[in-house]
Amino acid sequence: MRPVYMISGGITKFAKAHPDKDFRLMVKQAYDYALRDVPKFSKDMIDGAVGSYFSDHFTRQLKAASMAQDYLGLCPKPSKRIEGGGATGGLCFQSAWEAVASGRMNCCVAFGFETMSRVNTWKGNEFIALASDTNFDFPVGGFYTGYYAMMVRRHMHEYGTTVEQMAMVSVKNHMNALYNPYAQKAKRLTIKQVRESPMVATPLTMEDICTMSDGAAVCILASEEVTAKVCNRPVTVTGVGSGSDAMRMADRPHGKVILLPHERESDYAHLKYPGVHSFRGGRMAAKLAYQMAGIRNPIEELSFVELHDAYTSSEIQTYEDLGLCKYGEGGKFVESGVPFMPGVDYGLELPKQGRLPVNPSGGLLACGHPVGATGLMQAVFAFWQLQGTIKKHLGNDRLQVKNPKRGLIHSHAGTGTYITVSILEAP
Amino acid sequence: MDPLIIQDHYEIDYRHSYAEDSPFFVALTKGKLLGSRCTACGYTYATPRSHCMECGAPTSWHELPLAGRVHTYTTCHYGGELFLKETPFTLILVEFDGADTLFLSRLKGVPTPTHPSGAPIAPPDAMGHEGEGQGGGGVYIGMPVVARFAKTPSFKVTDVWFEPA
Repeated sequence: MRPVYMISGGITKFAKAHPDKDFRLMVKQAYDYALRDVPKFSKDMIDGAVGSYFSDHFTRQLKAASMAQDYLGLCPKPSKRIEGGGATGGLCFQSAWEAVASGRMNCCVAFGFETMSRVNTWKGNEFIALASDTNFDFPVGGFYTGYYAMMVRRHMHEYGTTVEQMAMVSVKNHMNALYNPYAQKAKRLTIKQVRESPMVATPLTMEDICTMSDGAAVCILASEEVTAKVCNRPVTVTGVGSGSDAMRMADRPHGKVILLPHERESDYAHLKYPGVHSFRGGRMAAKLAYQMAGIRNPIEELSFVELHDAYTSSEIQTYEDLGLCKYGEGGKFVESGVPFMPGVDYGLELPKQGRLPVNPSGGLLACGHPVGATGLMQAVFAFWQLQGTIKKHLGNDRLQVKNPKRGLIHSHAGTGTYITVSILEAP
Repeated sequence: MDPLIIQDHYEIDYRHSYAEDSPFFVALTKGKLLGSRCTACGYTYATPRSHCMECGAPTSWHELPLAGRVHTYTTCHYGGELFLKETPFTLILVEFDGADTLFLSRLKGVPTPTHPSGAPIAPPDAMGHEGEGQGGGGVYIGMPVVARFAKTPSFKVTDVWFEPA
């Protein structure tokens, strides 16, 4: 494999609905933004593209990625669609990485989109729940928030995680987004407001859950040769990993923890793993990505993380899968203030505020979750962070992590069925 | 100009086969809950599958006890459109003695709190702490439950549900 660089990225504003533009135009706008950011780059340098969108039900246009491909003027270059539930965007990013790393392409465009506004929220929830076993899970009351509620209830039972700790994630991500003009749902919240918002599935309230969204995102990945010609501040993709787990969470085993380099078996002597409280696929993805990037202790070696916070609870669960803290310590980790941005007043007491910002962009909770675009959006935000160009792209530098060396992006599907972790490093 | 938006109806009936899982759904009509047991390694599944996820060998049908315990739970005050009219409802994962995995079902017969107006509300334990009302109006982790079966089967997994033992 050879080195792969990210040389540019673009995103549309994520919004409840963009009735004035279809998916092709959204992708085109994100693509044009990315092209404008590398003026020396020309379309001739592109060898092919990978497109991602999650649901044919939402789109009601099969082969929609082909329509984006021709709209971008990329025919007859190679193209394909990647679909993997909530991890669609992360898988798309890694597929473009594979094309360049293998030498098949010198430059590959990854584009993703989703138009979720075409049905009402509850029909949308039904469509999403079709990504659970339709014989054994969906008919019982198929509802992803219900599935995640059951998982976090077990996390609370195992570890004493509290709903206030979950609410802190909501406060953090919604407030980070106040400084991100691309975000759909930025706002100042208190723990009390999160808990008093309408209950959706106990213990998760409306403010614990991300929203449906319309949006698109584009990443351009290239070989050293192309990168040297067009980009002064490329970001290197130094690690990719992915993992999986059984579709039905009822089928998850209760066995041993997959250990990261800084952990010992004795840390988890009595833990039955993953059960329904943790994401084994996320741990596998992290382990493989860390191995490739040479990371031994993630909390010391990462500068920030953009992770898949479809629920406040899954952000806490993911801290543990990524080894930012031990299994069982996710609630205390957020309470300590480590994953908050430094220099932002959240109205909370945070003793270790800003040591490792998680979801500085506002994450899915506040940016929105147009599924096929989400994992690529994370890559674009991480790219801007590592370039140090947050101010240029967001219009202010409140979310710029100081001198970032290494960022982690994490994309997650189903109840943890496909998960990707990619590591990006500064020039 | 403003975008032109039209209504576009979409409806379809599928011919769906339960295929190798069919005996499970037929057993529900006889008041039996069937799981799977691996013929090679003995791993026992509370939700059936015809081959073992651990070792790949074929499984045989294995009758589960009708009594189990709540492994985890939630009460849904919203849901997918198809189930919205049934809210609030309580989902549980059931654990059984002698089975290595769990079974997703509904818990009935436990009162779930609703607002006098009928609107979905934050239940009494809005803060959601364990041991303070539990958010399901009485359900808790470890609660003994028993299987109940529909008198008129619909040949869906909802032909079985659980109630407090």
